[in-house]
Amino acid sequence: MNLFSKKNMVFIKDPLMDNNPISTQVLGICSALAVTVQLQTAIVMSIAVILVLAFSNVLISLIRNAVPSNIRIIIQLAIIATLVILVDQVLKAYLYDISKQLSVFVGLIITNCIVLGRAEAFALQNKPWPSFLDGIGNGLGYSMILITVAFGRELLGSGTLFGFQVIPDAAYAAGYQNMGLMVLAPGAFILLGLIIWVQRTITGTVAD
Amino acid sequence: MANKPRITKAYTLGFATVVTMVCSILLASAAAFLKERQDQNIQLDIKYNILSVLGLVDSREIPAEELFKLYDDKVSTYVVDLNGKLIAGAKAEEVDPKKQPGLLPLFARKEGGKYLAYCLPIQGKALWSTVKGYIALENDLNTVKGITFYSHGETPGLGGEIEKDWFTEQFRGKKILNDSGEIISVNIVKGKMRPDEQDLEHKVDGISGSTLTGNGLNQFIKSTLEKYEPYFKTVRGEAS
Repeated sequence: MNLFSKKNMVFIKDPLMDNNPISTQVLGICSALAVTVQLQTAIVMSIAVILVLAFSNVLISLIRNAVPSNIRIIIQLAIIATLVILVDQVLKAYLYDISKQLSVFVGLIITNCIVLGRAEAFALQNKPWPSFLDGIGNGLGYSMILITVAFGRELLGSGTLFGFQVIPDAAYAAGYQNMGLMVLAPGAFILLGLIIWVQRTITGTVAD
Repeated sequence: MANKPRITKAYTLGFATVVTMVCSILLASAAAFLKERQDQNIQLDIKYNILSVLGLVDSREIPAEELFKLYDDKVSTYVVDLNGKLIAGAKAEEVDPKKQPGLLPLFARKEGGKYLAYCLPIQGKALWSTVKGYIALENDLNTVKGITFYSHGETPGLGGEIEKDWFTEQFRGKKILNDSGEIISVNIVKGKMRPDEQDLEHKVDGISGSTLTGNGLNQFIKSTLEKYEPYFKTVRGEAS
């Protein structure tokens, strides 16, 4: 069996564009607003979500035939919560500064609907390997939007990228001002709306 | 699809027990395994912050052992009370501000028998969270040498900016006393300072979108300074 066959790669490619968890399924909006003021936090958050998604999918897929269906949601939550706390603990031990910046948002991955959504909709019906790919794919789809939004917000809101100033001082001297709206949550909504618009124009998706 | 096992109540209960057991064992061992490293990170962070407001280090690149050594060599610690009396035998690092509100820890930079600067912990409610940090004063106990915030739960990118250099740098050289010796503290204004702003030596730029975080900071910085004032008065008295 070819692990990266065309059929399997669909699990990764599909959530990037046609079935993106944020812009098409409209899940995980909360965290997309919260951690996208700066690129660095958005990227660390993305990595954390990809890891949690991939491994929660694999674990849930492994036990899918043994889970009693009446308590399956609680079991899924227990597994997801365990993974999230592990990520949080590791960040605190090895990336202390970044974990301080992300503060509560790592813990809030538990409530990110994408994770539970993929476990419920995909991992429970599929074998571990496709579930793993599905987790990575959805994680990447989420990251892509998160990083795009963070790029726009940091550039327009603070005039920096990764904390380095990119708008020259001359522009400020000539009267250019950072856009305060972008730093606030509504700025993320507006960018997100624009991204969804552009994306749906390309894919031709029409909401039912 | 493989055939699902026949679901009995006992099976459900058993399954739930096994899953929770596995999860808790995993978490407990991870916490135990990583604890030492996390605690060291916290200690390192606290000592780094004290050293940096006292002007002894300026980069995080410094190795841990060197930092601990620098702290032991250059920083002397005291505990004073609300009446300005030194308390012998109490350890500044071990004072818990919640349980012992009457004890005030003080970290001083002492070189060649002379006090060069004083650092005091500041802590209080801002918008969402308790913010913790340090403020350092020059040996005139009036000029701010530096300020730093090491723990907070403010919104990243908004209130969270209080920990950034551009914000904390502004405090340097500001005065906490007015001409008649009363505590004015340093106040964070709403947004940027206007060009015609008065009393510049007591004011710094705020963060747009985080006025409430700034207000919280203003309050607890001032109240902390007031608590130490009795002791500072005696120190200033001895110096003059």
